[in-house]
Amino acid sequence: MRTVIEANNVTMRFRLYQDRPDSLKELLIKLTQRQVKKYDELVALSQVSLKVYSGDVLGIIGLNGSGKSTLLKLIAGILKPTEGTLVRTGAISPLIELGAGFDMDLTARENVFLNGAVLGFSKAAMAEKYDGIIEFSELQEFQDVPIKSFSSGMLARLGFSIATSTQPEILIVDEILGVGDFLFKEKSENRILEMMSGGTTVLLVSHAIKDIEKLCTRAIWLDKGVKHMDAGTDEVCSAYKALAD
Amino acid sequence: MRMNEIIEQILAGFGVVVIVAVVILVCATIPRIRRYLPALTQYRHLLSSLVARDLKVKYRRSALGVAWSVINPLFMMLIVTFVFSQVFRIQVENYPIFYLTGSIVYTFVNEATATSMNSIISNAGLIKKVYIPKYLFPLQACITAAVNASLSLVAVAIVFAVLQAPLHLTLFLTPVPLLFAGVFSLGLGLILSALVVYFRDIAHIYGIWCLAWFYITPILYPLSILPDFAQTILLFNPLVHFVDYSRAVMLEGVVPGLQENLICLGFALSTLTIGILVFKKAQEKFILYL
Repeated sequence: MRTVIEANNVTMRFRLYQDRPDSLKELLIKLTQRQVKKYDELVALSQVSLKVYSGDVLGIIGLNGSGKSTLLKLIAGILKPTEGTLVRTGAISPLIELGAGFDMDLTARENVFLNGAVLGFSKAAMAEKYDGIIEFSELQEFQDVPIKSFSSGMLARLGFSIATSTQPEILIVDEILGVGDFLFKEKSENRILEMMSGGTTVLLVSHAIKDIEKLCTRAIWLDKGVKHMDAGTDEVCSAYKALAD
Repeated sequence: MRMNEIIEQILAGFGVVVIVAVVILVCATIPRIRRYLPALTQYRHLLSSLVARDLKVKYRRSALGVAWSVINPLFMMLIVTFVFSQVFRIQVENYPIFYLTGSIVYTFVNEATATSMNSIISNAGLIKKVYIPKYLFPLQACITAAVNASLSLVAVAIVFAVLQAPLHLTLFLTPVPLLFAGVFSLGLGLILSALVVYFRDIAHIYGIWCLAWFYITPILYPLSILPDFAQTILLFNPLVHFVDYSRAVMLEGVVPGLQENLICLGFALSTLTIGILVFKKAQEKFILYL
Protein backbone atom coordinates (compact mmCIF):
# COMPACT_ATOMS: atom_id res chain seq x y z
CA MET A 1 0.00 0.00 0.00
CA ARG A 2 1.21 3.45 -0.93
CA THR A 3 1.63 6.09 1.78
CA VAL A 4 -0.26 9.23 0.78
CA ILE A 5 0.14 11.25 3.96
CA GLU A 6 3.04 11.00 6.33
CA ALA A 7 3.30 13.21 9.38
CA ASN A 8 6.40 13.06 11.56
CA ASN A 9 6.25 14.58 15.04
CA VAL A 10 4.06 17.42 13.87
CA THR A 11 3.61 20.17 16.41
CA MET A 12 1.44 23.21 15.83
CA ARG A 13 1.62 26.13 18.19
CA PHE A 14 -0.46 29.27 18.01
CA ARG A 15 0.31 32.50 19.75
CA LEU A 16 -2.65 33.98 21.46
CA TYR A 17 -1.87 37.62 21.90
CA GLN A 18 -3.88 39.13 24.66
CA ASP A 19 -3.69 42.43 22.91
CA ARG A 20 -1.70 42.16 19.74
CA PRO A 21 -0.49 45.52 18.46
CA ASP A 22 -2.46 46.01 15.28
CA SER A 23 -1.02 49.35 14.41
CA LEU A 24 2.32 51.10 14.38
CA LYS A 25 1.22 53.48 17.08
CA GLU A 26 0.29 50.68 19.45
CA LEU A 27 3.51 48.86 18.66
CA LEU A 28 5.58 51.96 19.42
CA ILE A 29 3.81 52.54 22.68
CA LYS A 30 4.20 48.91 23.68
CA LEU A 31 7.84 48.80 22.62
CA THR A 32 8.63 51.76 24.78
CA GLN A 33 6.75 50.19 27.66
CA ARG A 34 8.42 46.84 27.01
CA GLN A 35 5.27 44.80 26.97
CA VAL A 36 5.20 43.73 23.38
CA LYS A 37 5.77 40.01 23.85
CA LYS A 38 2.76 39.29 25.96
CA TYR A 39 1.12 36.26 24.56
CA ASP A 40 0.04 32.83 25.64
CA GLU A 41 1.02 29.86 23.64
CA LEU A 42 -1.59 27.37 22.61
CA VAL A 43 -0.30 23.97 21.59
CA ALA A 44 -2.97 22.77 19.17
CA LEU A 45 -1.10 19.64 18.19
CA SER A 46 1.84 18.05 19.93
CA GLN A 47 4.23 15.52 18.40
CA VAL A 48 1.63 13.86 16.21
CA SER A 49 2.93 11.17 13.89
CA LEU A 50 0.60 9.59 11.43
CA LYS A 51 0.68 7.50 8.28
CA VAL A 52 -2.27 7.31 5.97
CA TYR A 53 -2.23 4.77 3.15
CA SER A 54 -4.00 5.06 -0.15
CA GLY A 55 -7.57 3.80 0.12
CA ASP A 56 -7.80 4.37 3.86
CA VAL A 57 -10.95 5.86 5.29
CA LEU A 58 -9.67 7.51 8.41
CA GLY A 59 -12.01 8.81 11.06
CA ILE A 60 -10.71 11.50 13.38
CA ILE A 61 -12.51 11.87 16.69
CA GLY A 62 -11.99 13.88 19.80
CA LEU A 63 -13.62 16.48 21.97
CA ASN A 64 -13.90 20.11 20.98
CA GLY A 65 -10.48 21.75 20.94
CA SER A 66 -8.60 18.51 20.55
CA GLY A 67 -6.91 19.64 17.33
CA LYS A 68 -8.97 17.83 14.70
CA SER A 69 -9.51 20.79 12.44
CA THR A 70 -5.93 21.92 12.88
CA LEU A 71 -4.76 18.52 11.71
CA LEU A 72 -6.97 18.71 8.63
CA LYS A 73 -5.76 22.21 7.82
CA LEU A 74 -2.17 21.03 8.09
CA ILE A 75 -2.87 18.14 5.76
CA ALA A 76 -4.65 20.42 3.29
CA GLY A 77 -1.59 22.69 3.27
CA ILE A 78 -3.44 25.69 4.65
CA LEU A 79 -1.27 25.75 7.76
CA LYS A 80 2.42 24.95 8.01
CA PRO A 81 3.58 22.93 11.05
CA THR A 82 5.61 24.80 13.66
CA GLU A 83 7.78 21.73 14.10
CA GLY A 84 8.03 18.39 12.36
CA THR A 85 7.35 17.46 8.77
CA LEU A 86 4.27 16.60 6.81
CA VAL A 87 4.47 15.07 3.36
CA ARG A 88 1.45 14.56 1.14
CA THR A 89 1.16 13.10 -2.32
CA GLY A 90 -1.79 13.37 -4.64
CA ALA A 91 -4.54 15.84 -5.47
CA ILE A 92 -6.67 16.88 -2.55
CA SER A 93 -10.24 18.10 -2.36
CA PRO A 94 -10.64 19.97 0.87
CA LEU A 95 -14.18 20.11 2.17
CA ILE A 96 -13.08 21.99 5.24
CA GLU A 97 -15.80 24.46 4.70
CA LEU A 98 -18.24 24.03 1.87
CA GLY A 99 -18.33 26.75 -0.72
CA ALA A 100 -15.13 28.50 0.33
CA GLY A 101 -14.70 31.18 -2.27
CA PHE A 102 -18.34 31.58 -3.23
CA ASP A 103 -19.10 35.10 -4.35
CA MET A 104 -22.50 36.15 -3.12
CA ASP A 105 -23.06 38.57 -6.00
CA LEU A 106 -22.61 35.91 -8.65
CA THR A 107 -25.19 33.38 -9.79
CA ALA A 108 -25.08 29.68 -8.97
CA ARG A 109 -23.84 28.96 -12.49
CA GLU A 110 -20.97 31.45 -12.22
CA ASN A 111 -20.09 30.17 -8.77
CA VAL A 112 -19.81 26.59 -10.01
CA PHE A 113 -17.05 27.71 -12.35
CA LEU A 114 -15.40 29.98 -9.80
CA ASN A 115 -15.44 27.37 -7.06
CA GLY A 116 -14.23 24.76 -9.54
CA ALA A 117 -11.28 27.03 -10.33
CA VAL A 118 -10.56 27.40 -6.61
CA LEU A 119 -10.35 23.61 -6.40
CA GLY A 120 -8.03 23.62 -9.42
CA PHE A 121 -10.28 22.65 -12.33
CA SER A 122 -10.37 24.33 -15.72
CA LYS A 123 -13.41 25.91 -17.29
CA ALA A 124 -13.70 23.08 -19.82
CA ALA A 125 -13.58 20.44 -17.09
CA MET A 126 -16.28 22.24 -15.12
CA ALA A 127 -18.49 22.69 -18.19
CA GLU A 128 -18.46 18.92 -18.58
CA LYS A 129 -19.52 18.37 -14.99
CA TYR A 130 -21.90 21.28 -14.79
CA ASP A 131 -25.17 19.43 -15.44
CA GLY A 132 -24.27 16.70 -12.98
CA ILE A 133 -23.49 19.24 -10.29
CA ILE A 134 -26.76 21.13 -10.70
CA GLU A 135 -28.74 17.92 -10.80
CA PHE A 136 -27.12 16.53 -7.68
CA SER A 137 -27.66 19.76 -5.77
CA GLU A 138 -31.32 19.91 -6.93
CA LEU A 139 -30.99 23.57 -7.84
CA GLN A 140 -32.16 23.42 -11.45
CA GLU A 141 -34.63 26.27 -11.03
CA PHE A 142 -32.11 28.56 -9.36
CA GLN A 143 -29.12 28.26 -11.68
CA ASP A 144 -29.15 31.91 -12.70
CA VAL A 145 -30.09 33.46 -9.39
CA PRO A 146 -27.39 35.33 -7.41
CA ILE A 147 -26.60 33.09 -4.48
CA LYS A 148 -27.04 35.85 -1.92
CA SER A 149 -30.73 34.94 -2.04
CA PHE A 150 -29.99 31.25 -1.34
CA SER A 151 -30.75 29.59 1.97
CA SER A 152 -27.86 28.07 3.91
CA GLY A 153 -29.07 24.59 2.98
CA MET A 154 -29.02 25.46 -0.71
CA LEU A 155 -25.51 26.89 -0.43
CA ALA A 156 -24.24 23.81 1.37
CA ARG A 157 -25.81 21.52 -1.23
CA LEU A 158 -24.18 23.46 -4.04
CA GLY A 159 -20.81 23.44 -2.28
CA PHE A 160 -20.95 19.71 -1.59
CA SER A 161 -21.94 18.93 -5.18
CA ILE A 162 -19.03 20.90 -6.60
CA ALA A 163 -16.43 19.53 -4.21
CA THR A 164 -17.43 15.93 -4.85
CA SER A 165 -17.95 16.27 -8.60
CA THR A 166 -14.51 14.86 -9.30
CA GLN A 167 -12.68 11.96 -7.81
CA PRO A 168 -9.79 13.45 -5.83
CA GLU A 169 -7.05 11.22 -4.46
CA ILE A 170 -7.63 12.59 -0.97
CA LEU A 171 -10.99 13.83 0.26
CA ILE A 172 -11.23 15.79 3.47
CA VAL A 173 -14.65 15.86 5.07
CA ASP A 174 -15.07 18.09 8.10
CA GLU A 175 -18.47 17.86 9.76
CA ILE A 176 -20.39 18.20 6.55
CA LEU A 177 -22.52 15.10 6.58
CA GLY A 178 -25.26 17.06 8.29
CA VAL A 179 -25.88 19.00 5.13
CA GLY A 180 -29.47 19.41 4.01
CA ASP A 181 -32.46 17.26 4.87
CA PHE A 182 -32.29 13.53 5.53
CA LEU A 183 -32.78 12.69 1.86
CA PHE A 184 -29.80 14.81 0.84
CA LYS A 185 -27.79 13.43 3.76
CA GLU A 186 -28.37 9.93 2.46
CA LYS A 187 -27.46 10.99 -1.05
CA SER A 188 -24.24 12.64 0.09
CA GLU A 189 -23.26 9.60 2.14
CA ASN A 190 -23.76 7.44 -0.90
CA ARG A 191 -21.58 9.81 -2.91
CA ILE A 192 -18.79 9.43 -0.36
CA LEU A 193 -19.20 5.65 -0.31
CA GLU A 194 -18.92 5.67 -4.09
CA MET A 195 -15.66 7.57 -3.86
CA MET A 196 -14.27 5.17 -1.30
CA SER A 197 -14.98 2.22 -3.54
CA GLY A 198 -13.22 4.14 -6.28
CA GLY A 199 -10.05 4.14 -4.18
CA THR A 200 -10.13 7.69 -2.79
CA THR A 201 -8.46 8.19 0.56
CA VAL A 202 -10.91 9.88 2.90
CA LEU A 203 -10.29 11.80 6.09
CA LEU A 204 -13.49 12.24 8.05
CA VAL A 205 -14.02 14.43 11.07
CA SER A 206 -17.32 14.10 12.83
CA HIS A 207 -18.85 14.28 16.26
CA ALA A 208 -21.43 11.78 15.07
CA ILE A 209 -19.73 8.55 16.14
CA LYS A 210 -22.33 6.63 14.17
CA ASP A 211 -21.07 8.13 10.91
CA ILE A 212 -17.50 7.20 11.77
CA GLU A 213 -18.48 3.65 12.67
CA LYS A 214 -20.46 3.31 9.47
CA LEU A 215 -17.88 4.69 7.06
CA CYS A 216 -14.36 4.36 8.42
CA THR A 217 -11.79 1.58 8.20
CA ARG A 218 -9.47 3.18 10.72
CA ALA A 219 -9.75 5.84 13.36
CA ILE A 220 -7.56 8.04 15.49
CA TRP A 221 -8.52 9.76 18.70
CA LEU A 222 -7.03 13.12 19.46
CA ASP A 223 -7.03 14.36 23.01
CA LYS A 224 -5.82 17.90 23.74
CA GLY A 225 -3.55 17.85 20.73
CA VAL A 226 -1.99 14.47 21.45
CA LYS A 227 -2.68 11.33 19.47
CA HIS A 228 -4.33 9.22 22.12
CA MET A 229 -5.21 6.17 20.09
CA ASP A 230 -4.71 4.89 16.55
CA ALA A 231 -6.37 1.60 15.72
CA GLY A 232 -9.36 -0.06 14.06
CA THR A 233 -12.61 1.90 14.06
CA ASP A 234 -14.50 -0.29 16.51
CA GLU A 235 -11.72 -0.33 19.07
CA VAL A 236 -11.24 3.44 19.02
CA CYS A 237 -14.96 4.22 18.95
CA SER A 238 -15.83 1.97 21.86
CA ALA A 239 -12.97 3.41 23.91
CA TYR A 240 -14.16 6.91 23.04
CA LYS A 241 -17.75 6.11 23.92
CA ALA A 242 -16.61 4.69 27.25
CA LEU A 243 -15.44 8.20 28.05
CA ALA A 244 -19.03 9.38 28.11
CA ASP A 245 -20.11 6.78 30.63
CA MET B 1 21.04 71.25 -15.02
CA ARG B 2 24.33 69.26 -15.00
CA MET B 3 23.11 67.75 -11.73
CA ASN B 4 20.01 66.24 -13.36
CA GLU B 5 22.04 64.61 -16.11
CA ILE B 6 24.40 63.03 -13.58
CA ILE B 7 21.46 61.69 -11.56
CA GLU B 8 19.81 60.29 -14.66
CA GLN B 9 23.05 58.54 -15.58
CA ILE B 10 23.33 57.10 -12.10
CA LEU B 11 19.72 55.86 -12.29
CA ALA B 12 20.39 54.29 -15.69
CA GLY B 13 23.51 52.63 -14.25
CA PHE B 14 21.36 51.33 -11.41
CA GLY B 15 19.02 49.97 -14.07
CA VAL B 16 21.88 48.01 -15.66
CA VAL B 17 22.91 46.60 -12.28
CA VAL B 18 19.31 45.55 -11.54
CA ILE B 19 18.90 43.85 -14.91
CA VAL B 20 22.14 41.91 -14.47
CA ALA B 21 21.16 40.93 -10.91
CA VAL B 22 17.71 39.77 -12.01
CA VAL B 23 19.16 37.71 -14.87
CA ILE B 24 21.61 36.04 -12.46
CA LEU B 25 18.85 35.44 -9.92
CA VAL B 26 16.54 33.91 -12.49
CA CYS B 27 19.28 31.67 -13.89
CA ALA B 28 20.18 30.52 -10.38
CA THR B 29 16.59 29.56 -9.60
CA ILE B 30 15.65 27.95 -12.92
CA PRO B 31 15.36 24.45 -11.40
CA ARG B 32 13.03 25.81 -8.72
CA ILE B 33 11.01 27.80 -11.21
CA ARG B 34 10.63 24.70 -13.32
CA ARG B 35 9.21 22.80 -10.37
CA TYR B 36 6.58 25.51 -9.87
CA LEU B 37 5.48 25.57 -13.49
CA PRO B 38 2.85 22.80 -13.25
CA ALA B 39 1.23 24.63 -10.32
CA LEU B 40 1.24 27.82 -12.34
CA THR B 41 -0.70 26.29 -15.21
CA GLN B 42 -3.09 24.66 -12.78
CA TYR B 43 -3.89 28.01 -11.17
CA ARG B 44 -4.06 29.93 -14.44
CA HIS B 45 -7.76 29.07 -14.60
CA LEU B 46 -8.32 30.35 -11.10
CA LEU B 47 -6.51 33.56 -11.95
CA SER B 48 -8.62 34.21 -15.02
CA SER B 49 -11.82 33.30 -13.13
CA LEU B 50 -10.95 35.71 -10.34
CA VAL B 51 -10.23 38.52 -12.79
CA ALA B 52 -13.47 37.79 -14.66
CA ARG B 53 -15.33 37.87 -11.35
CA ASP B 54 -13.83 41.25 -10.45
CA LEU B 55 -14.97 42.74 -13.73
CA LYS B 56 -18.42 41.13 -13.59
CA VAL B 57 -19.10 42.28 -10.06
CA LYS B 58 -17.84 45.77 -10.84
CA TYR B 59 -20.24 46.33 -13.72
CA ARG B 60 -23.16 44.14 -12.67
CA ARG B 61 -26.49 45.92 -12.49
CA SER B 62 -25.19 49.18 -13.93
CA ALA B 63 -27.06 50.04 -17.11
CA LEU B 64 -23.99 51.26 -18.97
CA GLY B 65 -21.81 48.43 -17.64
CA VAL B 66 -18.30 48.33 -18.98
CA ALA B 67 -18.76 51.69 -20.74
CA TRP B 68 -18.16 53.34 -17.37
CA SER B 69 -14.47 52.50 -17.69
CA VAL B 70 -14.44 54.82 -20.73
CA ILE B 71 -16.93 57.45 -19.57
CA ASN B 72 -15.27 57.94 -16.22
CA PRO B 73 -11.86 59.11 -17.52
CA LEU B 74 -13.61 61.25 -20.16
CA PHE B 75 -15.54 63.22 -17.59
CA MET B 76 -12.54 63.48 -15.29
CA MET B 77 -10.64 64.88 -18.26
CA LEU B 78 -13.37 67.45 -19.00
CA ILE B 79 -13.45 68.65 -15.41
CA VAL B 80 -9.67 68.78 -15.02
CA THR B 81 -9.22 70.51 -18.37
CA PHE B 82 -11.70 73.18 -17.41
CA VAL B 83 -10.16 73.76 -13.98
CA PHE B 84 -6.51 73.72 -14.95
CA SER B 85 -6.42 75.23 -18.41
CA GLN B 86 -9.21 77.78 -17.86
CA VAL B 87 -9.05 78.59 -14.18
CA PHE B 88 -5.37 78.07 -13.31
CA ARG B 89 -4.18 78.88 -16.85
CA ILE B 90 -1.54 76.20 -17.28
CA GLN B 91 -0.11 76.69 -20.75
CA VAL B 92 0.17 73.31 -22.45
CA GLU B 93 -0.76 72.40 -25.98
CA ASN B 94 -3.51 69.80 -26.26
CA TYR B 95 -4.16 69.89 -22.53
CA PRO B 96 -6.85 67.13 -22.56
CA ILE B 97 -4.42 64.66 -24.11
CA PHE B 98 -1.58 65.91 -21.94
CA TYR B 99 -3.68 65.21 -18.87
CA LEU B 100 -5.05 61.84 -20.03
CA THR B 101 -1.67 60.39 -21.05
CA GLY B 102 -0.37 61.18 -17.57
CA SER B 103 -3.41 60.22 -15.55
CA ILE B 104 -3.80 56.85 -17.25
CA VAL B 105 -0.42 55.77 -15.84
CA TYR B 106 -1.13 57.20 -12.40
CA THR B 107 -4.64 55.71 -12.23
CA PHE B 108 -3.29 52.31 -13.25
CA VAL B 109 -0.56 52.32 -10.59
CA ASN B 110 -2.92 53.68 -7.96
CA GLU B 111 -5.69 51.15 -8.64
CA ALA B 112 -3.30 48.21 -8.98
CA THR B 113 -1.38 48.91 -5.78
CA ALA B 114 -4.39 49.88 -3.65
CA THR B 115 -6.38 46.77 -4.61
CA SER B 116 -3.30 44.52 -4.29
CA MET B 117 -2.69 45.92 -0.85
CA ASN B 118 -6.13 44.83 0.35
CA SER B 119 -6.23 41.61 -1.66
CA ILE B 120 -4.84 39.32 1.05
CA ILE B 121 -7.11 40.68 3.77
CA SER B 122 -10.23 40.69 1.62
CA ASN B 123 -9.60 37.10 0.53
CA ALA B 124 -8.91 35.96 4.09
CA GLY B 125 -11.98 33.72 4.01
CA LEU B 126 -10.61 31.79 1.08
CA ILE B 127 -7.02 31.66 2.33
CA LYS B 128 -8.15 30.18 5.64
CA LYS B 129 -10.11 27.39 4.02
CA VAL B 130 -8.40 26.25 0.85
CA TYR B 131 -4.77 26.03 -0.11
CA ILE B 132 -4.12 28.57 -2.86
CA PRO B 133 -0.79 30.19 -3.69
CA LYS B 134 -1.21 33.58 -2.08
CA TYR B 135 0.63 35.61 -4.70
CA LEU B 136 -2.39 34.98 -6.95
CA PHE B 137 -4.38 37.69 -5.16
CA PRO B 138 -2.05 40.68 -5.70
CA LEU B 139 -1.42 39.39 -9.22
CA GLN B 140 -5.15 39.23 -9.85
CA ALA B 141 -5.56 42.81 -8.60
CA CYS B 142 -2.85 44.04 -10.96
CA ILE B 143 -4.31 42.21 -13.96
CA THR B 144 -7.78 43.62 -13.26
CA ALA B 145 -6.28 47.12 -13.04
CA ALA B 146 -4.46 46.50 -16.34
CA VAL B 147 -7.74 45.54 -18.02
CA ASN B 148 -9.34 48.73 -16.72
CA ALA B 149 -6.35 50.78 -17.91
CA SER B 150 -6.66 49.26 -21.38
CA LEU B 151 -10.34 50.18 -21.43
CA SER B 152 -9.51 53.77 -20.58
CA LEU B 153 -7.20 53.81 -23.60
CA VAL B 154 -10.46 53.86 -25.53
CA ALA B 155 -11.16 57.21 -23.89
CA VAL B 156 -7.77 58.46 -25.07
CA ALA B 157 -8.59 57.32 -28.60
CA ILE B 158 -11.91 59.19 -28.51
CA VAL B 159 -10.19 62.38 -27.38
CA PHE B 160 -7.58 62.01 -30.13
CA ALA B 161 -10.39 61.71 -32.68
CA VAL B 162 -12.43 64.63 -31.34
CA LEU B 163 -9.47 67.01 -31.09
CA GLN B 164 -7.96 65.71 -34.33
CA ALA B 165 -4.61 65.56 -32.59
CA PRO B 166 -1.64 64.44 -34.67
CA LEU B 167 -1.19 60.67 -34.69
CA HIS B 168 2.35 59.35 -34.43
CA LEU B 169 3.63 55.90 -35.30
CA THR B 170 5.02 55.73 -31.78
CA LEU B 171 1.44 55.28 -30.53
CA PHE B 172 2.09 51.58 -31.07
CA LEU B 173 4.58 51.77 -28.20
CA THR B 174 1.81 52.80 -25.75
CA PRO B 175 1.85 49.37 -24.00
CA VAL B 176 5.53 49.79 -23.08
CA PRO B 177 5.13 52.46 -20.36
CA LEU B 178 2.03 50.64 -19.09
CA LEU B 179 4.06 47.44 -18.88
CA PHE B 180 6.76 49.21 -16.84
CA ALA B 181 4.06 50.65 -14.60
CA GLY B 182 2.44 47.21 -14.28
CA VAL B 183 5.65 45.46 -13.21
CA PHE B 184 6.36 48.27 -10.77
CA SER B 185 2.82 48.09 -9.35
CA LEU B 186 2.97 44.33 -8.91
CA GLY B 187 6.18 44.72 -6.91
CA LEU B 188 4.79 47.51 -4.78
CA GLY B 189 1.47 45.67 -4.42
CA LEU B 190 3.27 42.54 -3.14
CA ILE B 191 5.18 44.59 -0.56
CA LEU B 192 2.07 46.47 0.61
CA SER B 193 -0.17 43.41 0.76
CA ALA B 194 2.40 41.58 2.91
CA LEU B 195 2.98 44.51 5.26
CA VAL B 196 -0.67 45.44 5.70
CA VAL B 197 -1.44 42.00 7.14
CA TYR B 198 0.84 42.80 10.06
CA PHE B 199 0.13 46.50 10.33
CA ARG B 200 -3.27 47.70 9.21
CA ASP B 201 -2.11 51.31 9.52
CA ILE B 202 -0.23 50.92 6.27
CA ALA B 203 -3.56 51.11 4.41
CA HIS B 204 -4.30 54.57 5.78
CA ILE B 205 -0.75 55.82 5.35
CA TYR B 206 -0.70 54.61 1.76
CA GLY B 207 -4.00 56.36 1.03
CA ILE B 208 -2.48 59.68 2.08
CA TRP B 209 0.72 58.94 0.20
CA CYS B 210 -1.24 58.29 -3.00
CA LEU B 211 -2.82 61.73 -2.82
CA ALA B 212 0.59 63.32 -2.39
CA TRP B 213 1.96 61.13 -5.16
CA PHE B 214 -0.66 62.47 -7.55
CA TYR B 215 0.54 66.03 -6.99
CA ILE B 216 4.29 65.33 -7.05
CA THR B 217 3.90 63.62 -10.42
CA PRO B 218 3.52 65.96 -13.40
CA ILE B 219 0.01 64.91 -14.37
CA LEU B 220 -1.84 68.22 -14.12
CA TYR B 221 1.18 70.39 -14.95
CA PRO B 222 4.38 70.02 -16.98
CA LEU B 223 7.52 69.23 -14.96
CA SER B 224 9.21 72.32 -16.42
CA ILE B 225 7.11 74.77 -14.38
CA LEU B 226 8.69 73.51 -11.15
CA PRO B 227 11.83 75.11 -9.68
CA ASP B 228 15.09 73.37 -10.56
CA PHE B 229 15.70 71.72 -7.20
CA ALA B 230 12.21 70.20 -7.23
CA GLN B 231 12.78 68.79 -10.70
CA THR B 232 16.01 67.20 -9.46
CA ILE B 233 14.34 65.58 -6.46
CA LEU B 234 11.45 64.30 -8.55
CA LEU B 235 13.85 62.28 -10.71
CA PHE B 236 13.67 59.73 -7.91
CA ASN B 237 9.92 59.40 -8.38
CA PRO B 238 9.41 56.39 -10.68
CA LEU B 239 6.06 57.73 -11.85
CA VAL B 240 7.75 60.80 -13.32
CA HIS B 241 9.65 58.54 -15.69
CA PHE B 242 6.65 56.36 -16.58
CA VAL B 243 4.50 59.43 -17.28
CA ASP B 244 7.29 60.99 -19.35
CA TYR B 245 7.56 57.81 -21.35
CA SER B 246 3.83 57.63 -21.94
CA ARG B 247 3.74 61.25 -23.15
CA ALA B 248 6.79 60.78 -25.36
CA VAL B 249 5.18 57.94 -27.29
CA MET B 250 1.58 59.15 -27.33
CA LEU B 251 1.86 62.92 -27.49
CA GLU B 252 5.26 63.86 -28.81
CA GLY B 253 5.96 61.03 -31.22
CA VAL B 254 9.41 60.41 -29.75
CA VAL B 255 10.95 57.02 -29.03
CA PRO B 256 12.62 57.31 -25.59
CA GLY B 257 16.34 56.59 -25.64
CA LEU B 258 18.29 53.77 -24.01
CA GLN B 259 18.86 55.81 -20.87
CA GLU B 260 15.15 56.42 -20.23
CA ASN B 261 14.39 52.74 -20.88
CA LEU B 262 17.10 51.64 -18.45
CA ILE B 263 15.79 53.98 -15.75
CA CYS B 264 12.22 52.68 -16.12
CA LEU B 265 13.37 49.05 -16.17
CA GLY B 266 15.54 49.66 -13.11
CA PHE B 267 12.65 51.03 -11.08
CA ALA B 268 10.22 48.34 -12.26
CA LEU B 269 12.46 45.29 -11.84
CA SER B 270 14.03 46.31 -8.54
CA THR B 271 10.59 46.92 -7.03
CA LEU B 272 9.29 43.59 -8.32
CA THR B 273 12.33 41.72 -6.97
CA ILE B 274 12.01 43.29 -3.53
CA GLY B 275 8.26 42.61 -3.67
CA ILE B 276 8.73 38.92 -4.43
CA LEU B 277 11.35 38.51 -1.69
CA VAL B 278 9.27 40.33 0.95
CA PHE B 279 6.10 38.48 0.02
CA LYS B 280 7.81 35.09 -0.03
CA LYS B 281 9.20 35.64 3.45
CA ALA B 282 5.92 36.93 4.87
CA GLN B 283 3.34 34.65 3.26
CA GLU B 284 3.73 31.58 5.47
CA LYS B 285 2.67 33.50 8.53
CA PHE B 286 -0.23 35.38 6.91
CA ILE B 287 -2.76 32.89 8.11
CA LEU B 288 -1.83 33.41 11.74
CA TYR B 289 -2.58 37.13 11.46
CA LEU B 290 -5.72 37.17 9.32
